[in-house]
Amino acid sequence: MASIREMRLRIKSIKSLAQVTRALETVSASKVRKAVQANQASRSYSEKAWKVLLHLARQPGHNNLHPLLNERLEVRKILVILISGDRGLAGSYNVNVLRNTLMYFDQFSQPVDYICVGKKGRDLLLRKKANVIAEFSELKNPANFIEISPINRLVIDDFLNEGHDQLYLSYTNFHTMTKQETMVRKILPLEVDFSGKGFNATHKNGSSVFTYEPDQKELLDEIIPRFTAMQIYQSVLSSQASEHAARMIAMSNATENANELVGLLQLEYNKARQQSITNDMLDIVGGAAAQTQSGR
Amino acid sequence: MTIRCEIVSQDRIVYQGDVDMVVLPGAAGQMGILPHHSPVLSVLNFGIITVKAGGNEEHFTVAGGVAEVQPDQVTVLADAAENVEEIDVQRAMLARQKAEERLKEMMTEDKDRYMLMMSALKKSNLRLQAVKKYRADFKNKDLI
Repeated sequence: MASIREMRLRIKSIKSLAQVTRALETVSASKVRKAVQANQASRSYSEKAWKVLLHLARQPGHNNLHPLLNERLEVRKILVILISGDRGLAGSYNVNVLRNTLMYFDQFSQPVDYICVGKKGRDLLLRKKANVIAEFSELKNPANFIEISPINRLVIDDFLNEGHDQLYLSYTNFHTMTKQETMVRKILPLEVDFSGKGFNATHKNGSSVFTYEPDQKELLDEIIPRFTAMQIYQSVLSSQASEHAARMIAMSNATENANELVGLLQLEYNKARQQSITNDMLDIVGGAAAQTQSGR
Repeated sequence: MTIRCEIVSQDRIVYQGDVDMVVLPGAAGQMGILPHHSPVLSVLNFGIITVKAGGNEEHFTVAGGVAEVQPDQVTVLADAAENVEEIDVQRAMLARQKAEERLKEMMTEDKDRYMLMMSALKKSNLRLQAVKKYRADFKNKDLI
């Protein structure tokens, strides 16, 4: 058994650990509030924008409407935007999104390149010897649209120049404080899913033809890149909310565990202390008894 | 017979409901949308959206955006939109004043900022005009 002194030190260190995790929990709690608010605020806009894109994608002859809607016959290279956190201590948040990504793209025979948002994702991918072509990190919380626009420009130009033939987004979708799910979504070229489920579902099967005002090309050039960018932005916001929520929960669990441990150790320490006092007393009593005996 | 109308700006849902008619400031002029309208995708100008439902009229300012019209649905994706009843007149006047001052100081060297200030000025002017036109409590006040 550890000595009393060692136990006292251990209790002290765990107590200070609990203090740190409690502080981190409080910080995350305020961050998560901001992130969730930002995520909720622009969510309806980006979802509606996505719907408009889908309605465009199911127009007859959509392949010729705009180069970003154009499905390529041969898929040679794939680009993935992986959104993770800059820091750890967020439970399994970073690992989950990475594992999901690697598993998803394992089934593809084509080479896959990655753009990382967040340092953790980059580090983990590099360890797996994946091909990371760009990295964006230290975004504000919540991120603003201007911070994201270099990513948007990069991927859209790259797609138009045929650097890659498909673009995917891999991120964590925020539902509630305790429920977040990792997700891989194909962003370019647009694909319509008539099953009525998931992100790419549309409710009507009809493919009514749009009239464009003022001019088809001008309008599509304007809105398709912008609405696509909106999806990337929204997934960053959603991931940020998820990250802070995950960190808050992880830290609150850690604080709880630490407190529990302190309780157990304290009990043991008290026992040990009592034991040593008893021993001392026995020594004195024994000594005294011996003395009276020999004095007789 | 009604048509579903949804107006969203980048940070919130401004209006949603089943309505009889929507008037939009389209790129090619005012567009009145009734149920069973043929599908249109249109850029929106700065202007007023009027929503008519059950004899009532509601007015919204919109600072550009896109509208998607389907036979049973109108979706407005606005860069910024507000119900005229909710406009903060004091703030709009202040914003206009600020934009005007900035524009005078700045002149032309920074084109991006110039455009930004111009659009801010346009927005506050639009808000004030809308308030003057549609809000009973500001009918005869001199705002512009």
